[in-house]
This record gives sequence, C-alpha cells and structure tokens, in this order.
Amino acid sequence: MDHEVVIEIGGIPIALQTTDPEFVRILRGRYGDYMKSGVKSDFTFRVNMVAPDTFNPEADAEVWLEDGEWRFERGDFRARWSPEKRQGLIHQSANPYSIDSVLRITHTLLLARTGGFLLHASSAVRNGKAYLFSGLSEAGKTTIARLAPPDVTLLTDEASYVRRVRDQYMAYGTPFAGELGEPGKNISAPIAAVYLLEKARQNRVVSIEPAEAIQRLMRNILFFAHDPELVRLVFESACAFVAAVPVSKLSFFPDQRVWDLIG
Amino acid sequence: MPPAETYLARSTDIAARKLGDETVIMSTVDSTIFMLNPTGSIIWEAADGNTPLSRIIEERVCAEFDVPVEQASADAQDFVDQLAKHAILLVSDEPIPPVKEVP
Repeated sequence: MDHEVVIEIGGIPIALQTTDPEFVRILRGRYGDYMKSGVKSDFTFRVNMVAPDTFNPEADAEVWLEDGEWRFERGDFRARWSPEKRQGLIHQSANPYSIDSVLRITHTLLLARTGGFLLHASSAVRNGKAYLFSGLSEAGKTTIARLAPPDVTLLTDEASYVRRVRDQYMAYGTPFAGELGEPGKNISAPIAAVYLLEKARQNRVVSIEPAEAIQRLMRNILFFAHDPELVRLVFESACAFVAAVPVSKLSFFPDQRVWDLIG
Repeated sequence: MPPAETYLARSTDIAARKLGDETVIMSTVDSTIFMLNPTGSIIWEAADGNTPLSRIIEERVCAEFDVPVEQASADAQDFVDQLAKHAILLVSDEPIPPVKEVP
C-alpha cells in the first residue's frame, strides 16, 4: 500500500511516497511539526527502499544536472528530480539521514532561483525578529542556541532557511538539527541581523564591510550543485542579502550574557 | 626588441560585485572568492583584453594613487599572477578577443 507524507520546510511542501510503513514511522519521528496534512505538495518524490550499503558508502555527495533532471548521489542514496515535472525518485534505506540530505539539497536548488539560501547558522526569533548566528563547525552555533533565554524561540541550531519574500528576508524554522539534536520551531520571522560567530573572552559586536560580509557568508552557504549558473545566482543572492540585512561579527564568551546584545 | 606587452581579460567563469571601491569576485568553477582592493579593482575593470597592462598601470593606477610606475608594476604583476593562477584573469602577450556567447 502506498503512503504519502508531506513535509513543509520554508513554506514549500514536498510529498514523499513510500510503500514502507517503517519509513513512514521514521519520517513522523524525524519531521513532527513539519509534516502537513491536507496540503497540496509542490513536488513529489517516490522513495524506493534499498538495503543499507547498496551503494559505495564512502562516496561524497555529488549534485549535477543531466538531461533536464537533477541527480543527487552520495554513499547512502541515489536520487533524481525533475523540477519541470515536479517529480523525483529516491533510492535509499529506511533511515532519516539520507532523506534529510535529499531534502536539504532539493531546498538549496529551489532557493537558488528565488534569492534565498540555506546558511550554516543557528537562528532564533526574539520580539518578532529573526537573528542568525553563522559559522562552520565549532564556531558556536549550538552553544549560542543552548544559551538562549526563555523568551527566544529557536529556528535551528544548524542550517538556517533564508527566503526573500517580497521586499524582505525571512528566516524559517528547519528540522535540520546540529548537536542540539532537536528540530527548530516551524515558524518564520523577518531577519533583523546576521552575526558571524567567534568565541572570545568577552562579548562584542563589530560591524564589517559588505565585501567581507559577502565573502564570509558565501563560505557558510550550503550549496552542493556543480552548476555555474546556479553558483552565480547564489553569489548574487548573497550580495543582495548583504545590501539589505546588517551583518556583524559577534565575539562571544559562552554564557548567557551574550544574549544581552541580541534583539 | 621592446619587451612584450601583457594583455588581460576577465574570465567569463566568474561572478563579481563592486562595493564602493572594492570588488568581490567568485569563481563559478571552484567557488574560490577574492576580494580586490581599490587598486586591484581598477586593474580588473580595465582588463578588457585590448589595453596593455603597462598602459593600465600608467594611465589608471599611477594617476589614481600617485605611486611610482616601478612599484605599481611589481604590485600589479603579483596581483595578475595570483588571479591568473585561479583562471579568474586571462593573460596573453597578444590582445585577447572577447568570448562569443553560444546561442
């Protein structure tokens, strides 16, 4: 029997179809708040189960366009997706990590054409505004999320979802969790600021020049496809974003006082 | 025989954005990012494939920054070598024709 699960991230509903009830159970556990019922999906992926270790487990992620279809491959999955037909096919074992990666890749491709991106950043909402804390591993994304006071709502501690909506940039909650191991709240808010994290002995916010902001943001934007046109679009998105949203360095000592500087 | 001229042309495999008098350039091949200072930005903008580097230095860089030609030439050569190494800038001892767009 076919099961269909719709997962809406960043306001974009994507349906996953499978015959495996165990996989549906995994999806429900993994995506909780992000699962929608009675929502028409923008895209549908059929998920075919294969045995673990069917593919080369050492293979890194590769994303490329072939005959009008995107191909995503990694050691634990193979996928193809036609944005035009709005359909895709995934081969993976029944685990949450592979589908998580396929969804991340799909969203990066969708966002690239609409001025948005996924950013290595934790993000949170305070007083109706979203704040992003960006950095690579060990920069402090999860630390700053853990230190958030009770009036702060976490959107993610790992991958922030940025969309351009009309004339402003919005941050959306994502289920893409880092060390915190918990999905963010499925809400959105206009982005007030981006902070580039640096651990230090004291808390300080230092504004940076737009050129450096673009360079630093580009390092932290998740993008997997070998496609010059889309790479160019992502760069343009980062430039437009920096022109609209303040980007600063946040040197912080890991205790709760850092939040006195936010919001 | 006079020394050969050097001609520069911007690669088409890049994305670039000018911000004030600085320029951010990204290779769309390997996503390497470069930040050009005001001098680098002037050379970058003047790299049209037809203007020799010596003329760019004399007429643009030295005129703008009041720096001796010898020093500007040495600095420019380092800059050109670095960008050429990443195929951001194309370098030739002959004028470089523009790349035709494939229809």
